[in-house]
Amino acid sequence: MTENQGLQGEFFINGDVACAEGAISAGCRFFAGYPITPATEVAERMSTRLPQVGGVYIQMEDELASMCAVLGASWAGVKAMTSTSGPGFSLMMENIGLGVMLETPCVVVNIQRAAPSTGLPTMVGQGDMMQARWGSHGSYEIIALAPSSPQDIFDLTILAFNLSEEYRVPVLIMSDEVVGHMSEKVVMPRVPPEDLIYRRRPKVGPDDYLPYEPDANLVPSMAVAGEGYHFHVTGLTHDERGYPVMTAEAQDRLVRRLVDKIRLNRRDIIRCKEVELEDADIILCAYGVSVRIAQAAVRMARDEGIRAGLLQLITVWPFAEERVRELSLQAKAFVVPEINYGQIVLEVERCAGGRARTILVPHMGGSVHSPQAILEAIREAHSD
Amino acid sequence: MIDDLNVENRPVERYLRQDRLPHIWCSGCGIGIAVDCFLRAIDRGNIDPDKLSLVSGIGCAGRVAGYAKLDSFHTTHGRAIPFATGLVLGNPELTVVVFSGDGDLVAIGGNHLIHAARRNIDMTVICVNNFNYGMTGGQVGPTAPLEARTTTTPYGNYEPAFNLPYLLSASGACYVARWTVLHARQLERAIAEAMTRPGFSFVEVVSPCPVVYGRMNREPKGLDSMHYYQEKSVVRNGADPKDADIELNGPIVVGKFVDIARPTLWDRLRQVSSRAQEKVKAKV
Repeated sequence: MTENQGLQGEFFINGDVACAEGAISAGCRFFAGYPITPATEVAERMSTRLPQVGGVYIQMEDELASMCAVLGASWAGVKAMTSTSGPGFSLMMENIGLGVMLETPCVVVNIQRAAPSTGLPTMVGQGDMMQARWGSHGSYEIIALAPSSPQDIFDLTILAFNLSEEYRVPVLIMSDEVVGHMSEKVVMPRVPPEDLIYRRRPKVGPDDYLPYEPDANLVPSMAVAGEGYHFHVTGLTHDERGYPVMTAEAQDRLVRRLVDKIRLNRRDIIRCKEVELEDADIILCAYGVSVRIAQAAVRMARDEGIRAGLLQLITVWPFAEERVRELSLQAKAFVVPEINYGQIVLEVERCAGGRARTILVPHMGGSVHSPQAILEAIREAHSD
Repeated sequence: MIDDLNVENRPVERYLRQDRLPHIWCSGCGIGIAVDCFLRAIDRGNIDPDKLSLVSGIGCAGRVAGYAKLDSFHTTHGRAIPFATGLVLGNPELTVVVFSGDGDLVAIGGNHLIHAARRNIDMTVICVNNFNYGMTGGQVGPTAPLEARTTTTPYGNYEPAFNLPYLLSASGACYVARWTVLHARQLERAIAEAMTRPGFSFVEVVSPCPVVYGRMNREPKGLDSMHYYQEKSVVRNGADPKDADIELNGPIVVGKFVDIARPTLWDRLRQVSSRAQEKVKAKV
């Protein structure tokens, strides 16, 4: 056990359990959730671990309640998380929007399954990627991370808490059923306290405090309940005092800042991993479990003498626009394997701007791509 | 008496965001009285205002959080209670009050209401019941009496209403009371009691809505609505809540119906936590 009572050592565990352990290591001490396949193991692990470390696990009556309880706990000063899958993710959307509007640090895990509707509850999908970006109402920016292994989900859960505390925004972990349920070695290091970010506290007393006065990076400092600040927060359009203001001017000012605090800090937020991209003219762009199959396809293509490479999106939202634009200058084509009928490919196509061809390798879900399916798209792009 | 009328001496002033006044409520609405009773109850109940959080949902009563100079949260429609649940469980030192309306708490938020009572979460829910959705112009709600006219029941309401004290008492609330806004002193006392009792407390505040519901149902306005409550109210402390149905133009049973003690969710969580920590120690 470290200072934050996270486990240390090497473990053979599945992605859902690794996610829960990442949360504990990140200092998460509140979890509210509702059982749903294939995310239930995250909740089960949290129900075991949180009481051990002085935290609170509560199983709410539904996902709407879970999301709201997470927001409330965050305003009580606690790092808080929930986990779910597609149907529950849809139910959380309205209050993810409240989290964006109140600028509430928290983490939402989506272990995606095949959809629409109840779909294939026990089987993989990646169909919620656009819902993650646009699912709540209104114009906003959000952060979403996509892990490709149990080790990844452990590491990215810690990162998700850090980003959410730094930027005061809900951070989504957009995992999938295969990553959630596969068991692999996970190394849990000592996480020193200085590696963990906690929201910036007000530097002034209650009389001078404005809850939504932004700092230099456009993120306001955050008082929490019970400290005597007597602040007001509302889902209505508000000014720096947190008071509702029903004007187009106030709306413009607030929405611009909520969006810009993510957009202008994107260099700090966006993380990609690049494999054999130096000389590549066929560039695979993948996230989540699809990264692993894409890696195999890159090796197979290289064996055939095709200069293929891989851009792994670790941060899916905000999208790595600048990097994809740069790569579109060297690429003949982008190949995008997704376990949906085309979502992130639209972003790749937009950023490629017609300079490189964009080929979707769709999969409707229930299983992952075969490397051959991706290889065929690479060959097609190569021979074009 | 003169002092009472002097605005500067009113004890609730320091708990109001005066820079946000005037408020949005219609003249003759009862929410202002309910707010006044709540703010007075802070001192009566000896509640530390620094540790007091107020959570509202959406609707007319949902605007209350915006006027109280406390840590105050104006959340989404129906979700004040789960938001408040997070506050309570995030910091057990807080006193958490949910102040909202019947449509918000009982219709769209009804599931949260009964589950919070079942869990016996340490919070106080103040439910202003004006029998309709006032903010959207007077539609039927789950507390509207049979035959009531609203903008969506132009031929009379054909759905039976919830009896809130009965619902909450059956769901496990430790404290359940109902008063009208005529009963300002009893209401203030009830809210103070509710906030100081451990566990889940529920106070229903029957309130006039003269501009929409009242107009459509030909209820008296202004001071006459107070006379109406005086005439219709039947004080029956300790009454069986199942006898507290409100019918159109019928009697309104008011009083304290439930005041019991049972372990709160925090009491039980602490036990579970120490059990879990002992298990970990035993392993090491």
